Amino acid sequence: MNTVFFLVFGLIVVVCAINVVVQRHPISSAISLIGVMGSLAIIYLQLGAEFMAAAQIIVYTGAVMVLFIFVIMLLNAGSEEGGKGPLTVRLLGVPLLLVFLGLLSYLIQRLFSDTGPVRFGDFKGGSPADVGRALFSTYLLPFEITSVLILIAILGAIVLARKELD
Amino acid sequence: MPGNSLPAAVELVRFLPETILVLLGTLIMVLEAVTGDRPKTFLGHLAAAGLGLAACAAVYAHSSPGEAFSGMLVVDGFTTFFRLLVYAVGILTVLSSCQFLTRERANTGEFYALVVFSVAGQSVMVASHELIMIFIGLEISSIATYVLAGFLRDDPRATESAVKYFLLGSFATAFVLYGIAWIYGATGSTELTAIRAAVDTQAGREGAMLAAVAAALMFVGLGFKVSGAPFQMWAPDVYQGAPSPVSAFLSAGPKAAAFAVFLRVFETAFGSIGPLWEPLFWISALLSMTIGNFAALVQGNVKRMLAYSSIAHAGYILVALTARSEVGTAAVMFYLAAYALMNVGAFALLGHLTRKGERFQKVEDLAGLGSAQPLAAALFSIFLLSLIGVPLTAGFFGKFYIFKAALDSGLVWLTVLGLLNSAVGAYYYLRVLVVMYMREASEEVPPVEALSGGLRAALLACSAGTLALGIFPGPVLDFVNRSATLIR
Repeated sequence: MNTVFFLVFGLIVVVCAINVVVQRHPISSAISLIGVMGSLAIIYLQLGAEFMAAAQIIVYTGAVMVLFIFVIMLLNAGSEEGGKGPLTVRLLGVPLLLVFLGLLSYLIQRLFSDTGPVRFGDFKGGSPADVGRALFSTYLLPFEITSVLILIAILGAIVLARKELD
Repeated sequence: MPGNSLPAAVELVRFLPETILVLLGTLIMVLEAVTGDRPKTFLGHLAAAGLGLAACAAVYAHSSPGEAFSGMLVVDGFTTFFRLLVYAVGILTVLSSCQFLTRERANTGEFYALVVFSVAGQSVMVASHELIMIFIGLEISSIATYVLAGFLRDDPRATESAVKYFLLGSFATAFVLYGIAWIYGATGSTELTAIRAAVDTQAGREGAMLAAVAAALMFVGLGFKVSGAPFQMWAPDVYQGAPSPVSAFLSAGPKAAAFAVFLRVFETAFGSIGPLWEPLFWISALLSMTIGNFAALVQGNVKRMLAYSSIAHAGYILVALTARSEVGTAAVMFYLAAYALMNVGAFALLGHLTRKGERFQKVEDLAGLGSAQPLAAALFSIFLLSLIGVPLTAGFFGKFYIFKAALDSGLVWLTVLGLLNSAVGAYYYLRVLVVMYMREASEEVPPVEALSGGLRAALLACSAGTLALGIFPGPVLDFVNRSATLIR
């Protein structure tokens, strides 16, 4: 049963991910990306990482993608026009990508050949309590510093969006 | 457990400089809002004073070296050196931009706040001993600099520069993050010493391949940040389009911090798989030097020429990194200090020489400067001579130690090619000097104003530093040699 679920949602992730790149209209790409994020969340859930699944839905599908779609609508962006880019990019892009992916899968295959297959629901370390404890003990400093990152992003947005200088 | 989460007082001291910087940035933002229409130059002076205070805090923190916040942060000689370096770059940038911003009618507090926050990010980068912290510091520093590049929003060149920098910069940061994910997958840790231990046990076996992929991905991302070839494409457009004081900052601060991360990550975490990544650095160093120098030869625009020259200088520093030795690390640190002084000086002064709106950036526009503005011409000459690497300037000793480190590690070919490159480099710097002193000023170009206030102080400090490092390199060399041993 689990394997069937995994195959179905794994397939959806891959197809949607390809669709994000292939689609010419930004809205279609954005919707496909929601499909990627949602199906990934289900795979996380299957593995037993409930917190990751919830964060995936809330942060990516909920917040980030809604923002994406808002921006696309505000800009009233239409479909992509024009050619397909330079010849070298068209000729080399896909083969190089395949080589890269092949290399990565080969490496992973070789390096983790001795580990057994994944057992669904076996992952126990990712409960919200564990994440919370790590955030407020070991990772306290990065957690706090992130607030500076957000502050600087807000400041930057204000500087670039203000009406005029002086 | 609960007791663990409360940091000890000594840990707070080790994090004091960054705390001061964040508070300073926030204070500037608040003061900007409450002072209304008053001129904002005092905020620049406040920023410089605050950065100076942070530098004092860094020296104070150096008296109690060690780790802080469960190994996230480490205070050692290396950290202190780079902290002081990025604060110095921050102070020089802030001082030299007050006059520039007033001229361009853009003297607002946000500029200083962005510089201070960016410096805070760089400070976090150089003090971190953990990849998540390094990443967050990198992002703080980068986002602030993207905005700074486009600060003069009504100038289309600045906007182009900001957009290019933002798009390519985000792409590069994604590579760093992907590399971090691979490292975590391969070693189960993001803490540099733990990674080193894990890589050590895998070294020579297939497991090390995973770490090598991670190293390659991080090399791409960090290579972009230091504008090393083949990831240098953005640098000329961004440095040329950004306001000159910002170009000065970009070419010194973020670059020094990125090189510090390069050293920490590759020497500490990936030290044992050195032979695997050495060829990458070799090729990148040679490409950066060659592309930078030869492209700079044909530039008629001084700002763009300096941008290409900064790519070439990144190449020299990569030569020292390729050496993979303590001497090499010390050479990188010394060169970055020398480079920061001369390059910030050159860019900041160029911002003044290009007149209002930065309209006169051509080499010919500098004609007659030697007689019209003797001080400005003399300072520019010092910076350019140091960039060439003439003896008695900081650039000479910088290059000397880099090539010495390379020779010690047996990189004879790279040294020879590097020396040939620096000979090529001399031509385009000297061309500017010839135009400045030997040609008459043309009628159409308005005269340059005299140097004044903060800019003058900053430039005098840069040139004094350049000459001091060139004549008495001893104290700084001692310090970098002692700190370089602490890296592992």
